[in-house]
Amino acid sequence: MAELNTGDGGGKKGGGKVRSKKQNSKVDLTAMVDLAFLLITFFMLTTSLSKPKSMDLGLPDKEDDPNKKIEMKTDQRRTLTVILGANDQIKWFHGLLEAPEPNGKPQTTGYGKEGIRKELLSRVASVPQVTGEKDKGLIVIIKPTKKSTYKNLVDILDEMAICKVPTNAIVNDFSPEENKLAEELNKSAE
Amino acid sequence: MAKIKISKNAASIDMTAMCDVAFLLLTFFILTATAKTPEALPVTTPASTVEVKLPDTGLVMLTIGKSDGKDKVFFGMKDRDVRAKTLELMAAKYKLSFTPEETAQFALIDEFGVPIQALKQIIAMKAADRNKEGLQPGIPLDSLDNQLKDWIYTARQANIELGNDKELDFAIKGDAKQEYPNIKKIMDILQDQKINSFNLVTGARGKDF
Repeated sequence: MAELNTGDGGGKKGGGKVRSKKQNSKVDLTAMVDLAFLLITFFMLTTSLSKPKSMDLGLPDKEDDPNKKIEMKTDQRRTLTVILGANDQIKWFHGLLEAPEPNGKPQTTGYGKEGIRKELLSRVASVPQVTGEKDKGLIVIIKPTKKSTYKNLVDILDEMAICKVPTNAIVNDFSPEENKLAEELNKSAE
Repeated sequence: MAKIKISKNAASIDMTAMCDVAFLLLTFFILTATAKTPEALPVTTPASTVEVKLPDTGLVMLTIGKSDGKDKVFFGMKDRDVRAKTLELMAAKYKLSFTPEETAQFALIDEFGVPIQALKQIIAMKAADRNKEGLQPGIPLDSLDNQLKDWIYTARQANIELGNDKELDFAIKGDAKQEYPNIKKIMDILQDQKINSFNLVTGARGKDF
């Protein structure tokens, strides 16, 4: 470009004014913006921004020797048993199955804020008053049946976190009566 | 009378600011990017409101999912040096031998799900071919041939031999539709080795659950 200008200027000395070409100060940025947005789109699609979250789960020590099993006696007023069944159904009862606490008879419900959460929240609040000691709160015993899914387990553990249940345990042993309840629950879901 | 000038609209818009913003965003995305790695066994994790982040290192991921109508378990270690050392120890245990090239190649594999006897073929494959659906049958974990138990055990052993202070963390990444007994089986294998605390990988969930 520079050579072209000097050549022109030299040729027409006597003629009209030598006009220095005004350089356009603006650069056309359209292509550059196009490219930048293309790259942004590419990076947005190929990156995983949200790292997977996780939930901590602590289980008690496993006792291999069945004779060594220690029977732990817990206050029946504090225990709420939750049986996880097929098709996202829950059967729960408060206290002992044969002698449930007030309003604690076996009932069928679901997950989420319309389901088990109401019961959990009210009992998290009421149990310490019944026992009379603040650190003796609700104990939730989670019993997943063979038909329940991994999602159900995570959901109920999530409920524990949401309702701030002080103690919870995953138990895999079913008493014969509980087994009957679980079977009923799974049959009704089919 | 002064003439009213009708200003001509410029045909080109000033794009400087737009360009600036675009490049700013671009820089941000490049710097925060962690490339998505293709998953050997794709699973949909259940959602939860708990928001504990998974550690980046010192983690062993056990993926439980279904492909081809069969339940499979895949095993993945996050740290490359642990991967290499684990393979070395596993080879000694199963009386197999891997060349240094194969070990180096194995250290690059994020997740795998084959019996150790078939591991050589998987290592020899191209990365793109490895993740084909249904190719890897999962790690055997029945009582006769419990290789998963050995992988977990040797990974922990390798971690200690490498001189890492922190014990390995274990995470279970299960498909939401997996039935509980399958998950229980894995938890039992972990608990048999006195690993009583582990992570369950979940996705994020909205507040109105």
